[in-house]
Amino acid sequence: MAILIIAEHDNQSLKGATLNAVTAASQISADIHVLVAGGQCQAVADAAVKVTGVSKVLLADNPAYEHQLAENMSLLVAELGANYSHVIAPATTAGKNLLPRVAALLDVVQLSDVIAVESEDTFARPIYAGNAIATVKSLDAIKVMTIRTTGFDAAAAEGGSAEIETIGALHDAGISRFIGATMAKSDRPELTAAEVIVSGGRGMGNGENFALLDSLADKLGAAVGASRAAVDAGFVPNDMQVGQTGKIVAPDLYIAVGISGAIQHLAGMKDSKVIVAINKDEEAPIFSVADYGWVADLFEAVPALDAKL
Amino acid sequence: MKVLVTVKRVIDYNVKVRVKSDNSDVDLNNVKMAMNPFCEIAVEEAVRLKEAGVASEIVVVSLGPQAAQEQIRTALALGADRGVLIQSDDNLESLTVAKLLTKVVEEEQPGLVILGKQAIDSDNNQTGQMLAALTGMPQGTFASEVKVADDKLQVTREVDGGLQTVELQMPAIVTTDLRLNEPRYASLPNIMKAKRKPLETKTPEALGVEVKAHTQLLKVAPPAERQAGIKVTSVDELVDKLKHEAKVI
Ligand SMILES: Cc1cc2nc3c(=O)[nH]c(=O)nc-3n(C[C@H](O)[C@H](O)[C@H](O)COP(=O)(O)OP(=O)(O)OC[C@H]3O[C@@H](n4cnc5c(N)ncnc54)[C@H](O)[C@@H]3O)c2cc1C
Ligand SMILES: Nc1ncnc2c1ncn2[C@@H]1O[C@H](COP(=O)(O)O)[C@@H](O)[C@H]1O
Repeated sequence: MAILIIAEHDNQSLKGATLNAVTAASQISADIHVLVAGGQCQAVADAAVKVTGVSKVLLADNPAYEHQLAENMSLLVAELGANYSHVIAPATTAGKNLLPRVAALLDVVQLSDVIAVESEDTFARPIYAGNAIATVKSLDAIKVMTIRTTGFDAAAAEGGSAEIETIGALHDAGISRFIGATMAKSDRPELTAAEVIVSGGRGMGNGENFALLDSLADKLGAAVGASRAAVDAGFVPNDMQVGQTGKIVAPDLYIAVGISGAIQHLAGMKDSKVIVAINKDEEAPIFSVADYGWVADLFEAVPALDAKL
Repeated sequence: MKVLVTVKRVIDYNVKVRVKSDNSDVDLNNVKMAMNPFCEIAVEEAVRLKEAGVASEIVVVSLGPQAAQEQIRTALALGADRGVLIQSDDNLESLTVAKLLTKVVEEEQPGLVILGKQAIDSDNNQTGQMLAALTGMPQGTFASEVKVADDKLQVTREVDGGLQTVELQMPAIVTTDLRLNEPRYASLPNIMKAKRKPLETKTPEALGVEVKAHTQLLKVAPPAERQAGIKVTSVDELVDKLKHEAKVI
């Protein structure tokens, strides 16, 4: 019973989410293969062979896979995946885009956002914005699933010594083309990997005021997140959204500033170890999940906290 | 160009579901139902394409119980031209939904199919991608902007690090993200008019698709409840707690 994991990468470095997928896979089987499909992506394969627990790395290096277009990638992964018992990708936007297409080609369903492995065919996953946890048994021959990175620790990036197998198969569906990307640049840690997150909501009032959180985040080595309302209002870019339909995070410390705590927001952060909420409305639902609530005007509280650190 | 839009009947997004005491499923008795929010965005996008003269006809499809007619009527009131209900009281898993939609696509031959990116009940985020696979069409998932030019579609997608733009050959599949548009409300005259728009009902059997179970739901449990903690009243108290009690800074 071998497992195929689809590596998350940007053709240069292996993304941390892959390491969480390796841990999830290791709870099912010890035979774990990682597919690195991309363009000029040898460096990623070189990193993947070192991951503890990985027994083989499949390298498919071809311009058709450079931008991870699902139309091309799915044909490759379905062809390879037919020989595996499980095909797994982290539940990132790349994994969510690709894997259901693979599942349909294999005539199976996908189990989305798995947070726990109960056995080789039975898994737990949140439904209804995390307000219920379903335990689901797969009846399909091949289990295709995305795993939620917050549900599994990262495997060690060093210590392994897998071999690389080159995959020649070329699939170019020729129906889609990459035009461009605008990626947010930040020196801060990625939201999904950060140990501390400071998030702002509609209460921040405008985009400029997020500078208050930036300063606090700098001192804490934190990432900065946001509620959907803050993103919709144009205060900050969309990739900062935390929640049911944004990013799912579980840092050691989550500081929610001017966020009311709608169920869709809670769905994305309530597994954080320690939650601090700063909100001027003492009835705000965010306080029902906060370890430390502070009823205060954020424009006084945040600078005061900043000054203390 | 004909546009096909899917709308799913789900629990209203404001309702916090409860798990049944026997842990067999969530309790949907007497719960307010509505159109999945991402499907509202899909309908709105189709209507805007029609208003811009790009789309000529909007066909709205829902799969589920008889009551899903309500969501189809809502879409018709918002500007869709006709509806198709694929009626079934069985639990329709995503792959089955995608197979049924493939039949509708074969029949209707749309230039564009718009689905929500995610149904807020199952939180699956997979039906659109599966439909794309089964029809061999390209997919523009998690779309925040859609532009039609000749026989090509430009889709800007919300991805983890920012935004990505792809060009797709038509016919194509789009799944909507929240910032694609802001849906309008249906006016009373349009709600009245929608009652007279055509709505056809079909069954999975008639479409020749077997409703097969790919998964078995063993248990549904409430998530670990988080207890509310304490309220602090000063910055000194907060910093002290974070340093010495929680030990996180
Ligand atoms: C399908 C769907 C998916 C969604 N997905 C997400 C998601 O992924 N993530 C998400 O976050 N939301 C999501 N939402 C939206 C969600 O329902 C809420 O609308 C949103 O989270 C509210 O954001 P907010 O808390 O910033 O704004 P509000 O609810 O407006 O709260 C602002 C808060 O700031 C406080 N405040 C104002 N001024 C100050 C001040 N000076 N000092 C201190 N406090 C102040 C107020 O007391 C208030 O509590 C989704 C909604 C839908 C329908
Ligand atoms: N039963 C259904 N009826 C109509 N549309 C559906 C149904 N199931 C899924 N969809 C569409 O597929 C999208 C994604 O659903 P899912 O993959 O279940 O998260 C939804 O937003 C709908 O547009």
